[in-house]
Amino acid sequence: MLQDEEIQEIAAETGFSKNQIVRLYSRFLSLDRQGRGYLDREDFLRIPELAINPLGDRIVDAFFTETGSDTDFRINFRQFIRVLAHFRPLNKHKPNVINSREEKLRFAFSMYDLNKNGYITREEFKFILNMMVGSNITPDQLDSIADRTITEADADNDGKISFEEFCKAMERTDIDQKMSIRFLN
Amino acid sequence: MSLLILLYLLSFSFIANSEHSNEHDITLTNENAAVITHVEHSPFDSSDHKEHEGHSEHGVEVLTHLANSTSVVSEHNVHEEHGAGHGEERMESFQLIALNWEHVKYPYMVGIWLLAASLVRVIFHLSKRFGNLLPDSAILIIVGLGLGFLLKAIGLDPSVYRLNSDVFFLFLLPPIIYDAGYFMPNRYLFENVDSVLLFAVIGTIWNTIAISATLFICSVYEVFTVQFSVFEILLFSALISAVDPVAVIAVFEEIHVNEFLFINVFGEALFNDGVAAVLYFMFKKFIIIMATVGGLVWSDYVIGLLSFLVMSLGGVLVGIIFAFIVSFISKYTDHVRILAPVFIFIIPYLAYLTAEMLGLSAILAIAVCGMMMKQYVTANLSHDAASAVKYFTHMLAQSSETVIFMFLGLSVISSEHNWDTYFVVITLVGITIFRIIGVLVQCFVLNQYRTKKFSALDQFVLCYGGLRGAIAFGLVVSLPVSIDQNIRNLFVTTCIVVIYVTVLFQGITIRPILSILKVERKDDSLLTVIESINHKMLDYTLAGIEDILGQTGKHSIRDDFERFNAKFLRPLLTKRYKKSVSDSSKIISAYQKITLQEAVSMALQFEKRKPSLSSTTPTTPRTIQRFVEEAAIQTINQNENENLSTQALYNMFSQLLDRKLRELRENPPSPSRDPIPADIHDDYIGQMRRENRGELPTIPESPGGTLRELFGNGSAQRNVISRRHSQPPSYQVHPV
Repeated sequence: MLQDEEIQEIAAETGFSKNQIVRLYSRFLSLDRQGRGYLDREDFLRIPELAINPLGDRIVDAFFTETGSDTDFRINFRQFIRVLAHFRPLNKHKPNVINSREEKLRFAFSMYDLNKNGYITREEFKFILNMMVGSNITPDQLDSIADRTITEADADNDGKISFEEFCKAMERTDIDQKMSIRFLN
Repeated sequence: MSLLILLYLLSFSFIANSEHSNEHDITLTNENAAVITHVEHSPFDSSDHKEHEGHSEHGVEVLTHLANSTSVVSEHNVHEEHGAGHGEERMESFQLIALNWEHVKYPYMVGIWLLAASLVRVIFHLSKRFGNLLPDSAILIIVGLGLGFLLKAIGLDPSVYRLNSDVFFLFLLPPIIYDAGYFMPNRYLFENVDSVLLFAVIGTIWNTIAISATLFICSVYEVFTVQFSVFEILLFSALISAVDPVAVIAVFEEIHVNEFLFINVFGEALFNDGVAAVLYFMFKKFIIIMATVGGLVWSDYVIGLLSFLVMSLGGVLVGIIFAFIVSFISKYTDHVRILAPVFIFIIPYLAYLTAEMLGLSAILAIAVCGMMMKQYVTANLSHDAASAVKYFTHMLAQSSETVIFMFLGLSVISSEHNWDTYFVVITLVGITIFRIIGVLVQCFVLNQYRTKKFSALDQFVLCYGGLRGAIAFGLVVSLPVSIDQNIRNLFVTTCIVVIYVTVLFQGITIRPILSILKVERKDDSLLTVIESINHKMLDYTLAGIEDILGQTGKHSIRDDFERFNAKFLRPLLTKRYKKSVSDSSKIISAYQKITLQEAVSMALQFEKRKPSLSSTTPTTPRTIQRFVEEAAIQTINQNENENLSTQALYNMFSQLLDRKLRELRENPPSPSRDPIPADIHDDYIGQMRRENRGELPTIPESPGGTLRELFGNGSAQRNVISRRHSQPPSYQVHPV
């Protein structure tokens, strides 16, 4: 069970309210079928809608990446809620680093960057693109689109996209709007 | 301008003329029958029979001023036309040229109205400065007003140019609402559905109750010249409190406000009809029941409230059903491609009429039908047909709008008035204040629950964009006759004043106010490919996160619908659709558009340098590029003045580029293919040639449309390109 001080710490770190934290904890427990105190990939992929989501795998990977535990592929509740905190809506009166625009973009970036080297290469991009649209377009079109994307965003012409270039490419988008979820109390 | 006026005078003189001729008929036959049939047939008369008595007298006056000789001639012709039972056929001598006005009267009048109204807009926009000063709707109203004064000065009976409520609701309104639904940005609507519905439903109900309470209380204190019952004032409030989609489109479309604001104001305007009309009909029925039976039973109230749900949801249901029908039918129209657009227009119109017939909300029906059918229908129609549909829809909507505003202008003169200063002022002040209160409260509530919040500026625009328009007028002229004439005239007058104030004052001032307040304009530039891919990626990601959380939020709902759509609806309603779990068409089309834009700009730059076009040996990337540019230039030059669908251009280029790249890699020559012509040739010779060659139009194989379909467009130049193209491997390009 969660102690009060733990809840306080989490609230301070993530900006969630007490009720939200309790709610998320019960969700964590319901996902953790075997009661081991941590979640692994199978626990996530057991969620039916996630399994049919074209990017389901990548999302799960991104969860584990964030926590830096891609070696043993387990996350505990603290790590779980840290990742989810990225998706809190921006609150101008109570700013928090974790759900700032930059952190949100960093999560989006990690969806593409498979090997976590801080760059999105053409191959990594094609991989994601293929997951999303692969069955509907020819391989040529896929290549062309991937090429096109890299060219658009690649400011320093090194053939890959760095995090700064990624942020620049997305500056017109209202990231807060697109990457926020209303967490129930 | 004077030419216009002359045209008008002539047309109306002929109307009066024909009245005079009919007078002769009247004396010959049964007087009453003739009058009544005359009333029923003329679309521009009021439904009030009494008005007609003064008609013939005016007609006679005008007649003596103008065409004397022609009247005699037409009289003769009229007698000829009416044939049996109408007495002697007279023709004193062989008439070489005779004026047969009676025969073409009604279509001619309709045509002239439309022409005149559109000409006004054209003339006004000739002067750039004035054109941007006022919105078109304001211009048309003012011109209509001026015209009305003119016609009154001539002495023409106003009932000739009074807008008939049936004509408005059955013919003028549907195209506009259909256009609104068809071009509705569904994604934005879905994202804002909570605010739109809240404004439309709660907002309208609040406005109605508040205004009626105010007016009723004032009337109890005898502030006004007339007294009315509760239901009468509720009826009036219902029709005056609804924001009008026609006026909103007319004004907001020109000012390019950002999509968030537009969808909220416009969505509210469109959907609050479901409320306002329901309330109106509910109260109208109450009044009629009161007049007939004398009192209302509690069951009447209950059923009235139920009718609210039934009318709106029923209308939506009708719209969905008809959308299915039309999408399904369009799937099988391969062999009658030319006929396909007919379904696109007739079936939604039938949806409107069906809903109207069943007493449901017809506006909601046709709007929902347009929204739902769009994605399936555009996938099923050939390219030309889809463009034709788009163009024609806009055209119909614009013409309707033009005519409506012109009539609104005329309505001042053609209506019977009962001016009550207090009533008008209190109504105006009331609707403004209550709208402001309503918007503020609702936005406050909404902001607690939304990520995208309404700023103070947004709220101001929402208040200011509450324009009233033609629908209110249409409703007010169809008030039941059981209401006292004085009261009806009062309502009509006030309604007209409100419309004028909102459309003229708010419509004119909104553009400068918005630029002063620096409201965010619509970003018209295309989404880059990376942006559209990211948006899609984020959509999936957020839906996944919501699944992890076990919450059902906007993203999962949308995701579920898209999956349902891709799995069941699209295979059912579109042809040759590959079953898939995702919809990637937006990414692909974004890509095509961007690459094409670049290809076009590249080609234009190339054109400026104008190097010599010599034959070159093939397959180096440089020559490929030049070939592409040549093709681009030639096509652009041909189509400079035509309104070639840009989508067609995009598709063509992206296909061309893809193809070139592929051939580069694969080397073997592609099999030569004959160019496939477009649906409709420029003339019948072209059409026959195609049939002689035994070619049938084939359907494009990829979502983008093929090269062939566009290259074979009946023009010799283009055929040259394609023929050259199909001769591997030399890519000799000769200037044609």
